[in-house]
Amino acid sequence: MATKVMMEALSPTMEEGRLVKWNRNEGDAVAQGDVLAEVETDKAIMELVARGAGVLRARLLAEGDTIAVGKVIAIIAEPNEDIAALVGNQGQSESPPHAQEAGPTAVAAAGTDAMPSPGVAQALGVDPSQGHAPQAMSAPAAPTPGAAPRTTMGQPTAHASEQASHAADHGGRTLASPLARRLAAERGLDIGELRGSGPAGRIVKRDVEEAITRGAALLATARPVSPVAPGADVPEFEDVALTQLRKTIAKRLSESIGPIPTFYLTAEFDLTKVAELRAAMADMGPEFKVSVNDIVLKAVATALSQHPDVNAHWLGDRMRRFNRVHLGMAVAIPDGLITPVIFDAHVKSLRQIAAESRALAARARDRKLQPHEFTGATCSVSNLGMFGIDQFTAIINPPEAAILAIGGLADVPVVEGGQVVVRKRMRVTMSCDHRVIDGAIGAQFLQTLRRMIENPLMLVF
Amino acid sequence: MPVITYRDALNQALREEMQRDARVFLMGEEVGVYQGAYKVSKGLLQEFGEMRVVDTPITELGFAGVGVGAAMVGLRPIIEFMTWNFALLALDQVVNAAAKMLYMSGGQFNIPIVFRGPNGAALQLGAQHSQAWESWLAHIPGLKVVAPGTPYDAKGLLKAAIRDDNPVCFLEGEMLYNTKGEVPDGEYVVPLGQADVKRQGTDVTLVTWGKQVLVALQAAEQLAKDGIEAEVVDLRTIRPLDEQAVIRSVMKTNRCVVVEEGWYFAGVGAQVTDLVQRECFDHLDSPVLRVHQADVPMPYAKGLEKAAKADVPKTIAAVRRALYLD
Repeated sequence: MATKVMMEALSPTMEEGRLVKWNRNEGDAVAQGDVLAEVETDKAIMELVARGAGVLRARLLAEGDTIAVGKVIAIIAEPNEDIAALVGNQGQSESPPHAQEAGPTAVAAAGTDAMPSPGVAQALGVDPSQGHAPQAMSAPAAPTPGAAPRTTMGQPTAHASEQASHAADHGGRTLASPLARRLAAERGLDIGELRGSGPAGRIVKRDVEEAITRGAALLATARPVSPVAPGADVPEFEDVALTQLRKTIAKRLSESIGPIPTFYLTAEFDLTKVAELRAAMADMGPEFKVSVNDIVLKAVATALSQHPDVNAHWLGDRMRRFNRVHLGMAVAIPDGLITPVIFDAHVKSLRQIAAESRALAARARDRKLQPHEFTGATCSVSNLGMFGIDQFTAIINPPEAAILAIGGLADVPVVEGGQVVVRKRMRVTMSCDHRVIDGAIGAQFLQTLRRMIENPLMLVF
Repeated sequence: MPVITYRDALNQALREEMQRDARVFLMGEEVGVYQGAYKVSKGLLQEFGEMRVVDTPITELGFAGVGVGAAMVGLRPIIEFMTWNFALLALDQVVNAAAKMLYMSGGQFNIPIVFRGPNGAALQLGAQHSQAWESWLAHIPGLKVVAPGTPYDAKGLLKAAIRDDNPVCFLEGEMLYNTKGEVPDGEYVVPLGQADVKRQGTDVTLVTWGKQVLVALQAAEQLAKDGIEAEVVDLRTIRPLDEQAVIRSVMKTNRCVVVEEGWYFAGVGAQVTDLVQRECFDHLDSPVLRVHQADVPMPYAKGLEKAAKADVPKTIAAVRRALYLD
């Protein structure tokens, strides 16, 4: 049984992919799960894996070429299987023939159905390639590559109507079983981001379960095992229904500044003790070196874990307050920026955060980040201090409710006990989505953050 | 526990209920001297005499009507149709008299009657004698419809049907009469309107009744070899339908295949499908599928008859489709 290799949606927003490199040659044996090629998506370079076993009989896309998601780019088949018909269909969107056309009557209609549809034939164990198969089914065997679509004479062939059932042709609707929709909703998964394995790409229960397992596996590898999330039976988040007051605030403020009515809170923190801490750690050896940014990330994560009303998402009809902190950190890359996520940052040690943030930043600059590494942040931090910026405002990454803009460290004169003294200070500006965070709530969060940063020993407590 | 045939289980039920209640009597073609066309009434004439085991002429409408009249004046008749195909001739009494009398008499006359006989196809009996009638009968408010698939259920349900104060259509199976199963000694009744999970499973619910219970169970055993665990819900009573039993099972398995003997159009499977789509919508992972007889008069030719029947391979194929395996 031949398998069509299609350009797959390897990121949530991917519409087309560029084939960077084939990993297998024509004639190579491939097993299910083998990496066939590297594909550049709109976000990263991803691996395309084989979804069937056999021999890679034909590669239909050259390295460097771009093709839309859903198009056939290669054929895996048995060594001597006739794939002419499949090769002829290259570039057409495909959905594998499924039994869905077989109506309920098909199950038992053996004696009466003169022209079994593919599904009927399958249900009855009839090989459609045998002589009595309807003509329409064998028609697509003829075309050569580049031939015109086979819907001449105004009469769609059986094959063409099959294509019409492909997900892409459902007017933008995502086909999913009711159960799959419910399971995805319960897990907070966007059904549109899942790939369906059912007829016409229908998303079914096993696809959701697979996505959940895959997500869990990725999280398991992304998180070092040592720290246990505090109170393991605490739910990951809590959805908060909107009060009328909240709804009115959201509506009125969005009308004023929209669509996210943002306000800004700026505070200047004293980093004298942070500097002392870093110096003391550096004295202990190079492996203890941490950057100011590492300490800021650690402090923000710790403070967020105490302020779920800031560590929150705006979901339109409700707010979601997270009990865990997945901290996004904006990283500049040559042609833009990306925000990789330190998952469960609130339970990670300074050492872990330092190592992880460095690794994520390096992978981001190499464009090696996988989608799961840059989605799922509960709140984010952007630091332009290293570029000599004293203070700035960052743009909220929706649906997050806040982002912190970290300025540079500077020696400034301050008055202390009636004396002018020189202190190391840093300005932090918090952009707040006013639908979620009111001024006082944001200010309280910054108070907590100030205590952490000005007394960094709290971070190791 | 004794293992007896479906036939003997029915015979026990008739005997026990006739012993228990002198108002109960059996009437039909060949039920007495000949001991029943399928020997279900064996020995009853000898035990209860000609007043309570009554041989009739070949007049289905007539003796069904006599039965309804007897029920109106306080007796509890059991009317045996040699097959339900012959009951077509008596449908006016079943549908227009028995089913509606309580309603039309303003509650004055309840009709405690059982119409019973073999239903569905056997082997090469031809188009006119190979039909499953449950959807016709279940369509009528006022009738209860029962279709046991095992000897245990046959006995327990027939006793319940005889004791019920409403008309009950009791559908047996010619191919079931020789099947054997455990039937306990002594008194028991299987209440009407209660389905029975004949096999536990997690992956798909097979809803079935009557003769097809055996088909579903065989299909389930074969599917288990491929790691597919089918739950077999035997409705036992088609009307009143045990909706909760179906809902519970489909909520668990997320998939449903109805295995019925008759034709698909307006079949009982359509009624089950209606229930499942309405009550289990958010729990369905695939459309409800149905296995049923081909939409043709039953062929006489052996090979064509086999191809037309709802059998184990067709059930397996439907389950695999429901699980997106084919």
